[in-house]
Amino acid sequence: MQLVNKDLLDMGSLSATSIKLILDTAMSMREINQRTAKKVPTLRGKTIALFFYEPSTRTKLSFEIAAKRLSADAVSLTASTSSMQKGETLIDTARNIEAMSVDAVIIRHSASGAPYLLAKSIKSSVINAGDGMHAHPSQALLDLLTVTTHKKKIEGLRIAIVGDIAHSRVARSNIIGFKKMGAEIVICGPRTMIPKGIEKFGCALTYNLNHALEDADVVMMLRIQKERTKIGLLPSEREYAREYGLTTTRLQRAKKNVLIMHPGPVNRGVEISPDVVDGPFSVILDQVANGVAVRMAILYLLAGGKRDVD
Amino acid sequence: MLIKGVRVLDPGVMDQLADLRIINGIIDEILAPDQDHNDEKVIDARGKVAVPGLIDMHVHLREPGHEYKETIQSGCLAAARGGFTTVCVMPNTRPVNDNRQVTEFILQQAARANGVRVLPVAAITKGLAGEQLCEYADLKAGGAVALSDDGRPVVNPQLMRRAMEYAAGFNLPLISHCEELSLADGVMNEGYMATSMGLSGIPNAAESIMVMREIALAQLTDTPIHIAHVSTEQAINAIRVARQDGIKVTAETAPHYFMLTDEAVHDYNTNAKMNPPLRSRADREAVRKGLADGTISVIATDHAPHSVLEKEVEFDKAANGVSGLETSLCLGLTLVEEGILTLEQLITAMSLNPAKILNLKSGIRKGLSADITIIDPNLCGVINSSDFLSKGHNTPFEGFEYKGGVSMTIAAGKIIFEK
Repeated sequence: MQLVNKDLLDMGSLSATSIKLILDTAMSMREINQRTAKKVPTLRGKTIALFFYEPSTRTKLSFEIAAKRLSADAVSLTASTSSMQKGETLIDTARNIEAMSVDAVIIRHSASGAPYLLAKSIKSSVINAGDGMHAHPSQALLDLLTVTTHKKKIEGLRIAIVGDIAHSRVARSNIIGFKKMGAEIVICGPRTMIPKGIEKFGCALTYNLNHALEDADVVMMLRIQKERTKIGLLPSEREYAREYGLTTTRLQRAKKNVLIMHPGPVNRGVEISPDVVDGPFSVILDQVANGVAVRMAILYLLAGGKRDVD
Repeated sequence: MLIKGVRVLDPGVMDQLADLRIINGIIDEILAPDQDHNDEKVIDARGKVAVPGLIDMHVHLREPGHEYKETIQSGCLAAARGGFTTVCVMPNTRPVNDNRQVTEFILQQAARANGVRVLPVAAITKGLAGEQLCEYADLKAGGAVALSDDGRPVVNPQLMRRAMEYAAGFNLPLISHCEELSLADGVMNEGYMATSMGLSGIPNAAESIMVMREIALAQLTDTPIHIAHVSTEQAINAIRVARQDGIKVTAETAPHYFMLTDEAVHDYNTNAKMNPPLRSRADREAVRKGLADGTISVIATDHAPHSVLEKEVEFDKAANGVSGLETSLCLGLTLVEEGILTLEQLITAMSLNPAKILNLKSGIRKGLSADITIIDPNLCGVINSSDFLSKGHNTPFEGFEYKGGVSMTIAAGKIIFEK
């Protein structure tokens, strides 16, 4: 089995079969990550460029580790050191990178759709590592992997996604990815953080956290950014924590073996209380570990040279 | 010059087959068709329709300042190809047309172009900054025909009131770009498409709230106000009620608002990025209904040419606007084809009504300047931006198949475009 896509831009363009292929491949990558010598020669001779036009710690590190464990040469570029600072356009930067025979480009950008622009202008594979408020497909895939390893299936699970849905690419990609694999989604947040038309994604909506938690198999908490109070989306972090913060008491409404997830970085005491982060239901660090495996799978399938060119 | 066997359509005046004789740039005679003649130049226009020269009261020709996007010369070539004999150029040039020198410069450049009548719209406030009124009397003496801070709203309602009152004393119409900036903090229409693409949205209220303010001020001052590029159902409803109440408000829309919805932004198509943004299906239907019942009395293009430098970039960074002069009539004719407007209504919205608002003349009558657009209803083709005469190739209508287009454009008796 091979992935038919040239690029990984969003969850919408992946079929359920492709998602399953990536998750299955990631399962075997997990094994490599447990070895003492965590390196295989699969992508030896391949060059992978990381373009990060927006700050990132874990995603960038995760992709770099993934590339190195597959023996690819990973080079990275951040906005502050690139020609972008000198006024070069994204397309020009990309063409220059391609002229250096790069096999895959991993891009993080603050503008939604920027990876599309890149994918249209170059022949190398483009992997979206997060674009604006639009998509973060590798995060959705690692979340799918994490839930699969704990629950053995996705179909029929009730997933609550809580927080600033409007500004979250993680929420969008997870709604699309989990729905595609048969889960039921309920989204929750203050009304100022629920984007217009979200019901057309086919998910339930509530403004009450207790309702969202009712019988949930999985609860995904999103990070609340401190700037949000300044633009009038919230009166205060205090009120947010009281109305939408996940606590041990509230969690009792969920199923007994509920999974607590968070894409990080966590604001302890705001969207989630410290005891829940460190508690028995939290799989937040599993997400991080699975991130490397999923990204290895993505790189292997896209840059592995096995994709038919037609 | 004799135009033979043409259907002369002068809305409200005549609709019949005739021969048109033009002498010295003036319509000299309208004759029964197919008479003997000894004119030097004869144009066989059988099967075609002669209408009053089209007037586009809202274009950006970018000169002075942004000549790489468009010049008055290239814009006039595009206008002629689109069937326009008159265009009104918005003041957001660099420098801004907020003083008589710039107004006169525009007219001087226009005099060197192909003969399209270029009428400057000057700024309401100095530098479009919304702080101090421009010298309207001097601007009018220099050739300005209207006032607008297009591209920006006049944020301060008291200043807008003063502008309306002061301008009325010089019989200069005001054109308002209606946008409440605090609500318009986005790059496309608010709704499902924006949410699914992760782009920030602009709600309808960003437009309608300001339209309602302008209506209130027009009532307060008892002066006319013209609303530019109306795109929302709520604004149209407000304008309809205001007009019924006798308030002197007129409105225009652009072809993209009656043709497209925000679905055209799919795949981050920057050629479908404009301000106001493409709206929902309900809004598009409301625009069509507004045109049909006369609430929106003008079709203008908001011709906004850009180079690839502004369009082949991230969607957030891309400039707003559509190069519209060369596609407007074709798109308008689809409304006739679909039975939403009669041809007479379309020509009224594209010539007679803008003329009325701007105190100009439009018509095919003996003694009037021979500004005539000849439409070939059977002309078929495909919109192809690479053959645009405008420097701006930014169109969301690439590949659109049209039926009916411009066969010839005549300005002051001179043929300025011929298919």
